[in-house]
Amino acid sequence: MEKVNFIIETLNIRFDKGTLDMDNSSDMLTVTVGKSIIHEVIRFLKEDEMMGFTFLTTLCGIHFPDSPLPLGVIYHLHNLTENRRIRVKTFVPQESPHLPSITPLFAAANWMERETFDFYGIIFDGHPNLQRILNVEYLDYFPLRKEYPLEDPTREDKDDRFFGR
Amino acid sequence: MTAFLEDNHYTTLNLGPTHPATHGIFQNVLTMDGEEIIAAEQTIGYIHRAFEKIAEHRPYYQITPLTDRLNYCSAPINNLGYHMAVEKLIGIRSNKRVDYMRIILMELARITDHLICNSVIGVDSGALTGFVYVFQERERVYEIYEEVSGARLTTNMGRIGGFERDFSPSAIRKIREFLDHLPKVLKEFEKLLMRNRIFMDRTIGVGGISAERALNYGFTGPNLRAAGVDYDVRVMNPYSSYDDFDFQIPVGTQGDTYDRFCVRQEEVWQSLKLIRNALDNLPEGDYHMEVPEFYLPPKEEVYDKMEALIWHFKIVMGEVNVPVGEIYHSVEAGNGELGFYLVSDGARAPYRLHFRRPCFVYYQAFPEMIKGGVLSDAILTMSSMNVIAGELDA
Repeated sequence: MEKVNFIIETLNIRFDKGTLDMDNSSDMLTVTVGKSIIHEVIRFLKEDEMMGFTFLTTLCGIHFPDSPLPLGVIYHLHNLTENRRIRVKTFVPQESPHLPSITPLFAAANWMERETFDFYGIIFDGHPNLQRILNVEYLDYFPLRKEYPLEDPTREDKDDRFFGR
Repeated sequence: MTAFLEDNHYTTLNLGPTHPATHGIFQNVLTMDGEEIIAAEQTIGYIHRAFEKIAEHRPYYQITPLTDRLNYCSAPINNLGYHMAVEKLIGIRSNKRVDYMRIILMELARITDHLICNSVIGVDSGALTGFVYVFQERERVYEIYEEVSGARLTTNMGRIGGFERDFSPSAIRKIREFLDHLPKVLKEFEKLLMRNRIFMDRTIGVGGISAERALNYGFTGPNLRAAGVDYDVRVMNPYSSYDDFDFQIPVGTQGDTYDRFCVRQEEVWQSLKLIRNALDNLPEGDYHMEVPEFYLPPKEEVYDKMEALIWHFKIVMGEVNVPVGEIYHSVEAGNGELGFYLVSDGARAPYRLHFRRPCFVYYQAFPEMIKGGVLSDAILTMSSMNVIAGELDA
């Protein structure tokens, strides 16, 4: 518990407090940071000896269409020696969804970022090969964004009003 | 890549998408100098089924069948792992009997997963016999699945909040038979390959990766442990009462194909021990938790009991309140850390469900691991990494 407070304090001192939001109420410490410092925060978490989050568990996108910064990326990092996890979030506007790539820090981020680009259209600057990975290259939309319906909306033979989301 | 192609010296070789040795549909474009691999580039996504999108439109209890199709060699781990993730979100504490039943099924699934992977390494190095031999044992496990869930490959096992039925006496008998039978087969299988000169020559020093690179590439599971890192979710973040049991985590030293084979083989022995312990100490109790708002009631009760009918209606029509929040839950699947990142906005379906598929993460390292080796070694490396196309593509 004390270590969590230490991490929160260190991050607050190290990075501008205004861009950070920390929440320890869910299953792990969740830090929301501005996109301008995301790379620095991840690098600090990985390379600082006291932090030691050297393992990138996963990285995925999320879409909140009604929010001013609708597209988000969520990083899950793991400190394997102390068995501590941290969740780092950052949000970008839909018009210019640019984020710095963390592939220089984690080789594992390569495909994860490609997948996030593929599904959400978030562009990771500095990625060595930012192409679609699971979908076909000529797809002209980003399928996991909320505005894209799962099924053809013009279908009339199926009424899902009471069963849909 | 194109620079290589311009040089006439190199050959481009398509390994896949439907090559018999890839054991799944994914492609590797290899640049070869004679038989030496200079570069490789993977293409994946041939069986992408948009599970993450579908999951955003389905109620929680209907997502279990999707998870079956991730790693279809060990479907129960995915099913039960997903159930545990949802239970973590809604804050259910599982009872011991459910935990132990889950351990038994997940370890059976791990055994089948490892048996398939290891016997396929044998097949790809020219020893078909072992493969056919352990497939008989896999068949026994599938009969146990049948007893528990009614299905064999895509099991759709259990429910949120427990199981739909208890272990029947014949299921327990079949598990015991399997426990008695497997060690003999496993010993013979090991006798065939473990100290086999040809097999050792083909696998030692092939497709190795250092612990540091493996961690950087996000390796988990047997592939990481073969490189010498003792990271196992069952020990690090014990779920489903794994902390009640005493078992060992085998680790390798070289991170090569032979180490991966040995680590998986030893894990099968440990799984056997775990199943035996769990079955011997199987606590009395209910096979599901008392969570009527999430646990679908048995159909016969729905027809003649008021309560059950109400809950059935509420669950199916999405009238239950799911807490708002986000959780990450991971289990040790056959290939490594299978994670579920679940975001709920209180609706009937998850707002976002992301699967952390171990295969997808570690298969990135494949070109690095086979570079400089020969083609026949690349085949062995691939089969020893246990890349499952369903998990790769989600």
